Amino acid sequence: MLEIKNLHVAVDGKEILKGIDLIINAGETHAIMGPNGSGKSTLSYTLAGREGYDVTKGRILYKHQDLGEMSPEERAGNGVFLAFQYPVEIPGVPNTTFLKEALNAVRRYRGEEELDAMSFIKLVRQKTKELGISEDMLKRAVNVGFSGGEKKRNEILQMAILNPVLAVLDETDSGLDIDALKIVSDGVNALRSPERATLVITHYQRLLDHIVPDYVHVLANGRIQRSGGKELANELEEKGYSEFAEAAE
Amino acid sequence: MHEITEHLVKNFEGQLPHLPGSDLNWVEAMRRSGLELFNDVGLPNTKMEEWKYTRLRTLEDTRFQPVNEGNGAAKVDQLPTLFTGQKEIPRIVFVNGCLRTDLSDLDNLPDGVLVHSLSGSLAYDPVWVRSYLGRIGQMDSRPLFALNTAMMNSGAIVRVRKGVIVKSPIEMIFVAGLTNVPVAYYPRNLIVLEENSQATLINIHDGLGVGPYFANSVTEVDVGNNANLRHYRVQTENLEATHIGSMHVRVANEANYETFSMSAGGRLSRTEAFVRLEGEGAHCRVNGAYFMKGREHCDNTTVIEHVVPHTKCREVFKGVLDDEACGVFQGKIIVHKDAQKADGHQLSRALLLSDKAEMDAKPELEIYADDVKCSHGATSGQIDESALFYLRSRGIPDALARNMLIRSFMAEAFEEITDEKVRDAMANLFMHRLPAQCFLSEEWTRDKLSNE
Repeated sequence: MLEIKNLHVAVDGKEILKGIDLIINAGETHAIMGPNGSGKSTLSYTLAGREGYDVTKGRILYKHQDLGEMSPEERAGNGVFLAFQYPVEIPGVPNTTFLKEALNAVRRYRGEEELDAMSFIKLVRQKTKELGISEDMLKRAVNVGFSGGEKKRNEILQMAILNPVLAVLDETDSGLDIDALKIVSDGVNALRSPERATLVITHYQRLLDHIVPDYVHVLANGRIQRSGGKELANELEEKGYSEFAEAAE
Repeated sequence: MHEITEHLVKNFEGQLPHLPGSDLNWVEAMRRSGLELFNDVGLPNTKMEEWKYTRLRTLEDTRFQPVNEGNGAAKVDQLPTLFTGQKEIPRIVFVNGCLRTDLSDLDNLPDGVLVHSLSGSLAYDPVWVRSYLGRIGQMDSRPLFALNTAMMNSGAIVRVRKGVIVKSPIEMIFVAGLTNVPVAYYPRNLIVLEENSQATLINIHDGLGVGPYFANSVTEVDVGNNANLRHYRVQTENLEATHIGSMHVRVANEANYETFSMSAGGRLSRTEAFVRLEGEGAHCRVNGAYFMKGREHCDNTTVIEHVVPHTKCREVFKGVLDDEACGVFQGKIIVHKDAQKADGHQLSRALLLSDKAEMDAKPELEIYADDVKCSHGATSGQIDESALFYLRSRGIPDALARNMLIRSFMAEAFEEITDEKVRDAMANLFMHRLPAQCFLSEEWTRDKLSNE
């Protein structure tokens, strides 16, 4: 589903990713772990198509199409979803309006009928209930005045509504208490299926107790230094990243 | 006398017998003093501090002719009302400076409310008019106010009697355009709210077709003790219009004056509000919104004076500038020596959609009292790129995402309008003029087709 080949990415002329190779097949969940500043967030923004993240070498194929050729909205239309590490506050736009515009934009792109107000409300009610999100959070402006945990839950709500094929979760566990972590993880796990794939980007192992990955990769200094099964996460939790930081020097 | 100045007052003597109040000596004397002042000072120019950012190029380049009766008969297919289809809303309508009784409807005016045209009012109750007209605003050093005084040929005179509370808004509609030659017209409005009265008035200036014209409007407002006036203004002149509208307001004890000026048209427009808080406990809210595109220029200039103690003002102007448009905000708050405990707050925020758009903001506080609370702020910036990316990453196309962000930026300004019915109607009118409002389905479909 996703094939990253020798990916080099520069931000403001500085090379951050220095040759990433990664293949994710449908039905798989991969985790990328790494120390701060290793390029984890650069990878997630590059996948979502943020301006200023220049692919200088290599490429990303998504469902055999060149992802780099697509605008952020086309990527979303094609099923790519990024749960932001720092969800953006948008004053003046009610959360519901945002969700409805997003869902209908994606549905239009996919050649599906737009949802009418009634069906939309029904869908949102069901998802908010599952994720333990209050109605109040829907009425407020997007992420404005939300606590860290509320913001992350709101990301998962968007994911549940947009129903992506490839979900990229960037540090979704940061700022979450145990209960919230459980809710968010359940939301992610509910979406796992043979047709979809998930890429979990995290600094800590604890999220991977809830969203159990098939593969774990260690990213340091802009490259994947090591790959393995879920046991690699536990090893990292014990030993830390110092080994890789040294290797990169 | 400068050639342009000369041209604008050409035929003054010839027109005088046909202008409202021609049979009243005091009106003629007033006109002549206006003419004299305009001749002395001439057209405003950028060397004057108040006109530093706005050059009246359109007035320099075009020779405007006085309007005639034929201009006033222009066909109006759709009345530019905020309340389409609502027949119960009283309205007085002028086309190219001529009263149009066929379009006006004043049958539903409540008791105690008088609405006349300037000439009608001068015929009906000249003594009353004389006690207000030209006595509220300061003409000195304001040449276009003086020009209006000399040439005033239309406008609405509104009187709300003591204690009368008017529930329904009243519209004063000015339509211009569709003339063979460029014309100038000069509405002069007077609004008087007597003690304990309340009303909502809306001035609408709209343009027909294309072709330049010059609307030079002056509105004098007197808000009596404990009265409450909501005074809204909609400017949607045509693409080539020059619009100068000034409001001169005095607010008495415990009275409230709220104004909101929306500017969304005109080649060159300037809206001025001069508000004097003359009574203790007087309160004013002076707000506005603008959207300019192409090479349009929009100037909002306000002077709010706290004359006596315990007065309060709040001022919020927000606007969007696209293409090569230019916006100007000059906001001055003056707190006089005796005006202790004055409370003033001013904010100007502009959103620039293009690198070539320009915003000049000049907030000023002039404080002569020592126990006051005043603040001001002015910002101009571009669309928040991280918010834009966030929306787009959720599948919302670029154009719609931008539109959503512009809307949310402007929505805050319209919140300042306290009359809910007017707020909805004005916000709706404004939002429909924003770029890419109906962009979505077309562009999206086109993109999809080209991918397949």
